[in-house]
Amino acid sequence: MNLILFTFIVLLGFTSYYFGRKKAYTIQSTKKRLTALPQFYGYYLAIWCAIPAFIIFSLWAIFEPTIVKLLVLSDYSNQGYLDDELNLIYEKTKALSRGQFTGEITPFIEASAEKYLSLRSIAQSSKVVIVLSAIIASVAYAYKRISSNSRTREPVEKFLNAVLFTASLAAILTTVGIVFSLIFQTIDFFKVIPLFDFVFGTHWYPAKAFVRDSSEALDPSMYSDTFGAVPIFAGTFFIAFIAMCVAIPIGLMSGIYLAEYASYKVRQYAKPLIEILAGIPTVVYGFFAALTVGPFLKELGTSMGLEVSAESALAAGGVMGIMIIPFISSLSDDVITSVPQSLRDGSYAMGATKSETIKRVIFPAALPGIVGSILLGVSRAIGETMIVVMASGLAANLTLNPLESTSTITAQIVVILIGDQAFGDPKTQAAFALGMSLFLVTLCLNIVALRVVKKYREKYE
Amino acid sequence: MIKIKAKDVDVFYGKKQALFNISLDIEENQVTALIGPSGCGKSTFLRCLNRMNDVIDICSVKGEILINDFNINDKSCDVVRLREKIGMVFQKPNPFPKTLYENVSYGPTIHGIAQSKQEMDEIVETSLKKAALWEEVKDRLHEPGTGLSGGQQQRLCIARAISVRPEVILMDEPCSALDPIATAQIEELIDELKKEHTIIIVTHSMAQAARVSQNTGFFHLGQLIEHGSTDKIFKNPDNKKTQDYITGRFG
Repeated sequence: MNLILFTFIVLLGFTSYYFGRKKAYTIQSTKKRLTALPQFYGYYLAIWCAIPAFIIFSLWAIFEPTIVKLLVLSDYSNQGYLDDELNLIYEKTKALSRGQFTGEITPFIEASAEKYLSLRSIAQSSKVVIVLSAIIASVAYAYKRISSNSRTREPVEKFLNAVLFTASLAAILTTVGIVFSLIFQTIDFFKVIPLFDFVFGTHWYPAKAFVRDSSEALDPSMYSDTFGAVPIFAGTFFIAFIAMCVAIPIGLMSGIYLAEYASYKVRQYAKPLIEILAGIPTVVYGFFAALTVGPFLKELGTSMGLEVSAESALAAGGVMGIMIIPFISSLSDDVITSVPQSLRDGSYAMGATKSETIKRVIFPAALPGIVGSILLGVSRAIGETMIVVMASGLAANLTLNPLESTSTITAQIVVILIGDQAFGDPKTQAAFALGMSLFLVTLCLNIVALRVVKKYREKYE
Repeated sequence: MIKIKAKDVDVFYGKKQALFNISLDIEENQVTALIGPSGCGKSTFLRCLNRMNDVIDICSVKGEILINDFNINDKSCDVVRLREKIGMVFQKPNPFPKTLYENVSYGPTIHGIAQSKQEMDEIVETSLKKAALWEEVKDRLHEPGTGLSGGQQQRLCIARAISVRPEVILMDEPCSALDPIATAQIEELIDELKKEHTIIIVTHSMAQAARVSQNTGFFHLGQLIEHGSTDKIFKNPDNKKTQDYITGRFG
């Protein structure tokens, strides 16, 4: 029903566009000069058609369920039911009206279900009537207003402005929403686990929290030495460090090659090929790390007499580094290419060779942008999950040996939230606390990176 | 005395020929101006003289250019040494995003000219003095060169070019981005510099060519129409096209 109504409104919108434009043409044919191009008159009318429909639709969607519920439950008032019981009755009523109710049917509920159905159908048809009449009224009003000197361009432009603003607002609100969803659970977590223990504790063993029977009362003392985040923070930064050791030199050198040395033809093919690396799903990198690189490193290490874990930080970090190469190479290529040619010419004309020019003029000029690209790469490395889960193991060892397995923030969040979870349990809330700290770390990195990149931009404008 | 001798120089951008059969002699310690309408090939010719066209992939140069009787288009020519001897100043001031000091010391550093910090300081000071910039910047040698005004930036670029004591300085419309006062300063400077350097200047301003140069070459559609002493070209040219261009009838 809603779909039909919606299609109808869209059709009406198109028709009113057509009529608006037609009226504009008619005015034009009387040798009067219009204040805007004819299609603005069309858009103007179409907007007048769409806005009231949209507003009524949204209001209806918000208020209809509440009002119907109130009306249905009004029969049960003064009977001493609790809120929870009333809710249950309402759910039963709805289920019955859909024919999905399997329990005992009392006459009371049956009557309610009938009432519910009739209310719904009344609501539906009145919605159709109200929406359509609103559209007709507003379109008629707008149509009458259109004359040779009526302003249509400004309202249309304003409307577009508002639509675009709403779109960007949606993105911002989502971010805010994510932060809020993390914040409350995080606060709950820190009510049980002291912040100090979390930040400075060196023992991370959330499985210990599994043992608790949920009916038992919460006893904070049993969590001591369970949620010390130092090992996983260390693991996160350690693996990110290994990744950057791979990604920075290779990415940077390939970026310099692409920007300065590669001929147009080579660049045309090589750049997309390198960027393919960025398109590979991280789970595939995870495979590669866990099934190819990990065992290979173990064998190599064993043949050299070293003790190498099959799930080593080195394997995960190395493969993660490969994943980040295209970010650094592509961004630094862009930054280097945007260094003005006049600087290169100036250096060559002084008799500098290509490598001298790059080292002494281009690299320093592009450095802020390159640092920005590296910081973006670091925040990717810290946020990367799948490779670590698959290749580096889940035991949170506090170690700086790249051949042992370690774990990261992201991997621990996965471990904690996989399978059955009890909400309101410190173990689950730990994931939110970790998510929050991860968010903060990457946020800071991104802010720094954007600052640096912005500083670079100012230089050449 | 003849410093540079160009013989039958052809330049191609891909398949398109940009210069046809240019033969031109350039006198030592004089200013030679190259004039002509936009796209006539005068800048292209200038860039042949220090092999800057090598930077452009599709560009190829044929013919002989003798500097001190040595053909710079020969395979045995070392481009790094060549460009040490032949400096260049560009149309738009292009100081490096480094300090003033580093801008001027750039050439001496890459050519290993200065043996000590003291020697480098001297080179920087003399170069800036010769470029008539020393008095204005001596207190802020370690501030970025990009912070100067346009005219100062261009004089900084000249200081950078003369820091390696080149025999020839090529100038590609060095004043086209500058205001009249800065232009006058640069022109004065050119007059001073010709005592020690041979200067070739590409310019769009006929008045400038007349003011600063002793010799002038007129380019049109990739050909050198006429060349000779500036007096003769401006007062009594042989070719009608030159006459028309100089009197402003086309171009």
